[in-house]
Amino acid sequence: MKKTFLVLIFAPFLAFASGGELHLDKAPDRSGDDAALQRGAKLFVNYCLNCHSASYMRYNRLKDIGLTEQQIKDDLLYTAEKTGELMRISMQRDDAKVWFGAAPPDLTVIARSRASENGTGPDWLYTYLRGFYRDQNRPTGWNNIAFENVGMPHVLWELQGEQVAHFAEKADGHGNMVKHFEKFELVKPGKLKPEEFDDAVADLVAYLQYMGEPMAGTRKTLGMFVLAALAVLFVLAYSLKREFWKDIH
Amino acid sequence: MASNVEKHKSDGTLVGNTLEWVDARFPLMSLWRDHLSEYYAPKNFNFWYFFGSLALLVLVNQIVTGIFLTMHFKPDAALNAAGVPVAFASVEYIMRDVPLGWIIRYMHSTGASAFFIVVYLHMFRGLLYGSYRKPRELIWVFGLLIFLCLMGEAFFGYLLPWGQMSFWGAQVIVNLFSAIPLIGPDLSLFIRGDYVVSDATLNRFFSFHVIAIPLVLVGLVAAHIMALHEVGSNNPDGVEIKKYKNDKGIPLDGIPFHPYYTVKDIVGVVVFLMVFTIVLCFMPEFGGYFLEYNNFIPADPLKTPPHIAPVWYFTPYYSVLRAVTFPLFWIDAKFWGVVAMGAAVVILGALPWLDRSPAKSIRYRGPIFKTLLSIWVFGFVILGILGTKPPSYAFFGVIPGAPVAQIFSVYYFLFFITMPWWSKIDKCKPEPERVTG
Repeated sequence: MKKTFLVLIFAPFLAFASGGELHLDKAPDRSGDDAALQRGAKLFVNYCLNCHSASYMRYNRLKDIGLTEQQIKDDLLYTAEKTGELMRISMQRDDAKVWFGAAPPDLTVIARSRASENGTGPDWLYTYLRGFYRDQNRPTGWNNIAFENVGMPHVLWELQGEQVAHFAEKADGHGNMVKHFEKFELVKPGKLKPEEFDDAVADLVAYLQYMGEPMAGTRKTLGMFVLAALAVLFVLAYSLKREFWKDIH
Repeated sequence: MASNVEKHKSDGTLVGNTLEWVDARFPLMSLWRDHLSEYYAPKNFNFWYFFGSLALLVLVNQIVTGIFLTMHFKPDAALNAAGVPVAFASVEYIMRDVPLGWIIRYMHSTGASAFFIVVYLHMFRGLLYGSYRKPRELIWVFGLLIFLCLMGEAFFGYLLPWGQMSFWGAQVIVNLFSAIPLIGPDLSLFIRGDYVVSDATLNRFFSFHVIAIPLVLVGLVAAHIMALHEVGSNNPDGVEIKKYKNDKGIPLDGIPFHPYYTVKDIVGVVVFLMVFTIVLCFMPEFGGYFLEYNNFIPADPLKTPPHIAPVWYFTPYYSVLRAVTFPLFWIDAKFWGVVAMGAAVVILGALPWLDRSPAKSIRYRGPIFKTLLSIWVFGFVILGILGTKPPSYAFFGVIPGAPVAQIFSVYYFLFFITMPWWSKIDKCKPEPERVTG
């Protein structure tokens, strides 16, 4: 009876069949790799932090990933005066709305908000940033495989080059023909080779993930210590309980 | 209760003198005796009996972390210089710039889900062992009121981070009230304080969350425990330990809560804290169930998310709400959905009077109860899962979720409504005279 009961309770959880339409590429895990995070921070400041803000993030927090106050000042401080400032931008949101159709979102916690049933936030960003392709029907001339009709142009085009997407017509379950993404073709090479570009994007995504939760590493380390302390406490508490309960029958 | 009015006598030490002084002016020692050292609890409590003290622990956690969060959180929906709502930005400020702020915030957000897990298990214990039966009806009713407060507290609190799910969740729930005939639209306007969820709503929800509801909640918890200590605890055998007492009037199967259950509950607390730490330190979002991913996007009144799902602990009741899809007596289906959702919670309060079984505990109850309760729990979990999904969801892509939710919603109510009949005819085993094992 007891077992049947347990099986019955947990059975529904097995029925989770998540139907993801979009295939996301797995982002390489570079959390804790300071060199990668520093390269990512440089890309972020150079390519993103002009239209996008990261307005909950202070420049001097980058000391977390091994940069010195002086390095931050010399290499990364374009739109701010002091390293204690937040990563804000000077573009007005109202202007941005007119120029892009929507104001570019703040990127501080973008890696956390982009998680879904399809994959983690970093996976989505890794797919998105490598998924721009030429589309003459779009005002910017660019479209994206992970974010259809996105307002953002391909900011990293210099590095990646230009690619086009090939689609195939495929019948869905209801007998309708739908466009199905097959592959990208690089029509104009960029400054970086494809592997180098993927590597750079992986750094950038690692940085975005770090920025989403700068204390993520600390919390995991702390967790191990707390668990160890609780394990000791458990032994003590359990012994105490047994000692007291010895004479209860 | 073996309460004696004897006042504390000093043994001449400073501590003794102080105690005597206080006890002459305040019932300190009798409170200690009545509720701890001479409160006799049955000696056969099992695993299920940890969740009462754990609920108290989580309540304290929520209050203490809440006090610190209130020092830094700003209930302000206006946009800051970077175009982000101040409330949303202040949460990230707590996560980044307030020393240890991230731990306090995660303790609060994980604590919210932990509260519901612990309370659901605590309530389920009541169902298993008939803890709501005479003479403990009032404990159960107080408990239900606590549960209602908890739902209100969670609902008001969830708006505060001012993310997309906060905003649209509140929008959906407050809009439900507009389905009430005649007064509905004005009522929802009154609740929001505006035509949409806005700064006015955020501020009043903040007020309800940090003071109004917690005040009631703490009072109800006190009443819940006082009522419990008046009649004494039930136990897994569902028999009264007060039937057999020794010559001093102490139940033969009772042991003083302190030290026996205090030392035992500490073990439970440590195990709970381990699980809590694992969630807090390694998976604070819990796969998007404790912190929804969409809630990392600031509230945008102009952009409705494609799928609005309440947090997991509301989903069984949300499923009941969605299960009503037809109008009745010329009133909108939405209204009856709200009625059904409310009734699903309130009907629990009638349980002490619906259950006519001769035995209290599942250990001695018959096959009908065991079967129907198993299906009920299974249905409750299914309703919970479906509540996180859009109405079009199908299990394995083939079993449509909507009719399944309707079937289990009807079953949810039938279980209670027909209980007076089936609980009477169920073949119970004889209850033992004294507690076993």
